[in-house]
Amino acid sequence: MSDHELRVSKIRNGTVIDHIRAGQALNVLAILGIDGTGGETVSVGINVPSDRMHHKDIVKVEGKELSQDEVDVLSLVAPEATINIIREYEVAEKQHLERPDRVVGVLSCPNHNCITNADEPVETKFEVLDDGVRCEYCETILRDSIAAHIAVE
Amino acid sequence: MRHDHLITAKQLSREDIEEVLDRAAEIDADPAAFGDRHADTVLGLCFYEPSTRTKMSFETAIKRLGGDSVDMGTVESSSVKKGESLADTARVVAGYADALVLRHPSEGAAKMVGDFVDVPLLNAGDGAGHHPTQTLLDLYTIRENAGLDDLTIGIMGDLKYGRTVHSLAHALTNFDARQHFVSPESLKLPRSVRYDLHESGANVREHTDLDDVLPELDVLYVTRIQRERFPDENEYHAIAGEYGIDLETLEDASDDLTVMHPLPRVDEIASEVDDTEYAAYFEQAHNGVPVRMALLDLMMEGQQ
Ligand SMILES: [Zn+2]
Repeated sequence: MSDHELRVSKIRNGTVIDHIRAGQALNVLAILGIDGTGGETVSVGINVPSDRMHHKDIVKVEGKELSQDEVDVLSLVAPEATINIIREYEVAEKQHLERPDRVVGVLSCPNHNCITNADEPVETKFEVLDDGVRCEYCETILRDSIAAHIAVE
Repeated sequence: MRHDHLITAKQLSREDIEEVLDRAAEIDADPAAFGDRHADTVLGLCFYEPSTRTKMSFETAIKRLGGDSVDMGTVESSSVKKGESLADTARVVAGYADALVLRHPSEGAAKMVGDFVDVPLLNAGDGAGHHPTQTLLDLYTIRENAGLDDLTIGIMGDLKYGRTVHSLAHALTNFDARQHFVSPESLKLPRSVRYDLHESGANVREHTDLDDVLPELDVLYVTRIQRERFPDENEYHAIAGEYGIDLETLEDASDDLTVMHPLPRVDEIASEVDDTEYAAYFEQAHNGVPVRMALLDLMMEGQQ
């Protein structure tokens, strides 16, 4: 482990999301619904120097392992990130990011006139395209600003 | 028809479309033969925005099939005003009726309701989204006047917000049609529609000037440019004038050109065009009834 990485302390059990594109760490936390109210210990490194990426962000969450749904959405915002599940200070598992075919209930539709924004009992559904996502209800395509449309409860 | 619901023209294959148009032609030729086809059928009408014409057309269609309709009334007079969700209202009306027709201002409304009801649902317009029954009557009119294959069609006006245009463009990708889109720069086809047309390998060109393509067109489909799309009154008038047609505009057109319009028109087509061989827009409006009869007939048939 290099000196740089020591800036963010080791965790015992939980998840390390590494190699996040610089500047995206807060979006990653938003996807995971982590705002501190859950009581988890969270360490965030922003613009950490990295051999591989020049600068990167890194997020370490004590006591939380990511679900596949969460990993799926992460892949849209931080496709180059790596995810290590830590148990007893050791990397127990590496999760790979694969783009899902669809994302259900995580993003909100940017179209204000979409039925998913109308207080109806319906979850958002987005089809994942090569270069964005598309609302299955109103067909609006979201390309550059996916992170801005993460529905935070 | 293998479909439980008709949500978008995109779900229709060429075979589906031809089945509806063939049935509509049979009905057109002998309406009386279909007069008691659906004597016990009740059609539930849920119109969340006023669209008297579309509603009348559905009411006429079910009555000519021997059935009847129930109507939830205006939004102001119904439970919607008390805050009931669309999902709940639709489920209640579906309990009274054998099929539902939905018109709603939100995009995706019909798709959502389709997941909640188990009677056939016909989307009669969802916001700027889809209006597939309009598309079918447009296709019927095109087939009767110009044929659907080896077709060169110009679609002109508000291509950005005009849902009839989007549905029609999708449906035409099933046929050997060259589509020319003519609009001011600010009202070009939206990205999602262009994406789909591109994906389905459609033969599509975009223009800002009708003169570039008019002489080669078999059909010119004109739509209304709405005043509310423009912040500035003068700009609206300038643009609307440029994308309207009269006899002078049509001088360069082929003698066989068919001019269509989903109606109501404001002044996109001068009334002097009405009495010419070009005009097919009143026939187009009339075709709404046999086409909706055909659709209801096939969808109810599929339920049995
Ligand atoms: Zn949407």
